[in-house]
Amino acid sequence: MSEKTKKSKGTSLAPELGWREMLRWLWRQVTSMRTALFLLLLLAIAAVPGSLIPQRGVDAQAVQSYFARNPTLAPVLDDLGFFSVYTSPWFSAIYLLLMVSLVGCIIPRAILYAKALRARPPRAPRNLLRLPVSESLETDASPEDVVVAARTALRGHRVDVVTHDDGTTEVRAEKGYLREAGNLVFHVSLVVVLVGVAAGALLGYRGSAVVVEGTGFSNSLTQYDEFSSGAWFEPDDLPPFSLQMDDVEARFQTTGEQRGAPRLFRAKGSYTAPDGDTGDFDIQVNHPLSVDGTDVFLVGQGYAPVVKVTDPEGNVAFDGPVPFLPEDPTYTSSGVVKVPDAQPYQIGFQGFFLPTAVTTGDDEASVSVFPAAANPILGLFAWTGDLGLDDGVPQSVYVLDKDGMEQVKNEDGSNFRISLSPGQEQELPDGTTIQFVELRQFARLQIAASPGKVVPLVGVSVGVLGLILSLAIKPRRTWIRARRDGSRTIVEVAALDRVPRGDVTGDLDDLLERLALEAPKEKAERA
Amino acid sequence: MSLEQYAQFSNYAIASATVVLGLAFLAYLVQWAVARKVAAEPVLVAAGGADTAVESPSEETETRFTMAGSIGYSLTSLAALVLLAGLVTRGLAAERVPWGNMYEFGCAAVMCALIAYLALVKVWDIDWVGSIITGIGTVVLGASMLVYVPAGPLVPALHSYWLVMHVLAAMIAGAAFVIGAAASALFLVKSRAEKRTPEEARTGMLWRMPSAARMDQLAYRVNAFAFPVWTFAALISGPIWAQYAWGRYWGWDPKEVWAFITWVVYAGYLHARATAGWKGKAAAILCLVGFATFVFNFVGVNLFVPGLHSYAK
Repeated sequence: MSEKTKKSKGTSLAPELGWREMLRWLWRQVTSMRTALFLLLLLAIAAVPGSLIPQRGVDAQAVQSYFARNPTLAPVLDDLGFFSVYTSPWFSAIYLLLMVSLVGCIIPRAILYAKALRARPPRAPRNLLRLPVSESLETDASPEDVVVAARTALRGHRVDVVTHDDGTTEVRAEKGYLREAGNLVFHVSLVVVLVGVAAGALLGYRGSAVVVEGTGFSNSLTQYDEFSSGAWFEPDDLPPFSLQMDDVEARFQTTGEQRGAPRLFRAKGSYTAPDGDTGDFDIQVNHPLSVDGTDVFLVGQGYAPVVKVTDPEGNVAFDGPVPFLPEDPTYTSSGVVKVPDAQPYQIGFQGFFLPTAVTTGDDEASVSVFPAAANPILGLFAWTGDLGLDDGVPQSVYVLDKDGMEQVKNEDGSNFRISLSPGQEQELPDGTTIQFVELRQFARLQIAASPGKVVPLVGVSVGVLGLILSLAIKPRRTWIRARRDGSRTIVEVAALDRVPRGDVTGDLDDLLERLALEAPKEKAERA
Repeated sequence: MSLEQYAQFSNYAIASATVVLGLAFLAYLVQWAVARKVAAEPVLVAAGGADTAVESPSEETETRFTMAGSIGYSLTSLAALVLLAGLVTRGLAAERVPWGNMYEFGCAAVMCALIAYLALVKVWDIDWVGSIITGIGTVVLGASMLVYVPAGPLVPALHSYWLVMHVLAAMIAGAAFVIGAAASALFLVKSRAEKRTPEEARTGMLWRMPSAARMDQLAYRVNAFAFPVWTFAALISGPIWAQYAWGRYWGWDPKEVWAFITWVVYAGYLHARATAGWKGKAAAILCLVGFATFVFNFVGVNLFVPGLHSYAK
């Protein structure tokens, strides 16, 4: 950002300004350091609400429950974009303005820097001893010897030696050119990062899918539970790979105060890449599988009891694993079994799966006390009627639409309750039987591609190197003037930091020492 | 020793370190109090002037002042040593690096801040921030007990060597941030005093400290060091790890949001120091705001905001 900010003098002349001057004025305002600083702080403030109000892109369910809890406030917040702060027009406006300001600052400074790179060190001020950090001394050495000593002492500087008409020799030295280079690199890299992030978001996709042990997944849109993609992404571009899930493993702490805390999640199986290559995978948290530019992550797991439903006519109407979604740390899970093929009417089940069920009393409902499957119980209620699958309205597989259905009751009118351990079966009043055949596990996979994700990484890494240069390097100008006075040489030395930070005085003393000259004749007054 | 014995030793060591650091804080407070007495000294000298056998009160006060300072420094060193022992044994008990949850992060971050302070006292004589650093350190160590978790293994998301680098970088940056904030706070007090206090009234601890300009310089130096380190923690190692663990490098998780806010505020601080009208006071306030966002990210986001970085327990 430009370090000099000119006071706007246009305000009093405003009526006479043409549009060209107006634009120039506007540009100067936008690219001034003050504006940049203001925008930076505004960006920080604008980012705050997104951390306190649930965000659609982060947790859509939390947004729904926020709506339920705050029915009047939520729609207002929604209109203002508070549920998607980081893609909202006002947040985007701030960072885009900041980028404009940044570019408007980088370009002129880069041009200046290109000139400065070729420029020679500036001439010394007329009176060196007036500079805050300066000294003068006398020596027997000739001015030529002083110059030779100076060149050695000022290694790493850009040095010019000029001899004036009056016989005075002037050494002009400057160092620290890399500071501004680092500064420019850092700011350019911020633009690179932003472009890289934007490109990744526009071209990438992300989705999640539940894959049960013993089943497979092929990378097409219909297989996803959730899917989102960037504006420039075509669903046809999904790389056609497939996975076969063999084993899902979850281990939990069994003892101590952290009992039940997850310790290991892993999913094993085999994959087939789009080019036909096959291989085995062992996906763990922090260890995704990469296939053809797409990464497959293990983001969750749960239980999928295999359920077999036989209708009163003796036909097996359903036989397969049903994922139950975990709802708490003990993996109390809820789920739905839909049996559209049952005769004479459709049948649906809804209920809970408890991996380690414990009953506290006869009438008490069982609860799960541990996330691993030590005493798995499947507890369900049943409904008969029309599942509503033929209405053409898409339905979630985890929700039972009970509108056209009637709950199955006992003779005394209480709800008919199903409670099964693996291997057990139970008969409903109408003769339907349901069997909990066996317990399997499922893995929730997140499948994502963000093309060019290496761009922001390289950008920010190079940026940090530039940042370190710009913060660590002290640009400094040093001048030495040597003049013959009889048999002796009078030497004046001064140093000036453009970023007042380093220990200039100490360094000057050091320089004098390295010049290996006599002790100073007189100490110049230091301001 | 068995894992349980290590864990037990660690608990005792960290509790002891808290007490020792609290005593160090007290010693620094005593130093402030002694420095206040310097103000009343002329009267004391007049009263005790006749007795030449005893040390003059001014010399005595001076000795006590120096002694309180060195007791503070020695106790801080001792607290750091005991805390180090506590962290090492915690690591041995849990069989991993000792910064996997909020309790451990609090203790390890205080460790980093103490090491930074003790080292910088030797390099730049920054003992004038001693009371603030030991005070904050004691509070953080004490508050860490409130989120104590027994030593044990971590959830799968933390099974990564990025835990070592990402969290270590955040702690190192935090150590520098706290020193920078202490220097900026004292800068605000001192620069105000330099403008308003008449020459003859300049007594007490504040005038034993370096000039406001040097305080500002220290704040800038440590923040200029912290900023790239924080960039590495929040914007390089964090996203890389998030990519592996959660399948996206940046997801606006509350912890990420606040890490970003801290980054932006400190970026603002660095710019403010080079901008007319923002140098000095405004920049120092920005430094304090930046530190406040860092603290909120550690305390507020961990305890009150649901998110992926829920490692308090």
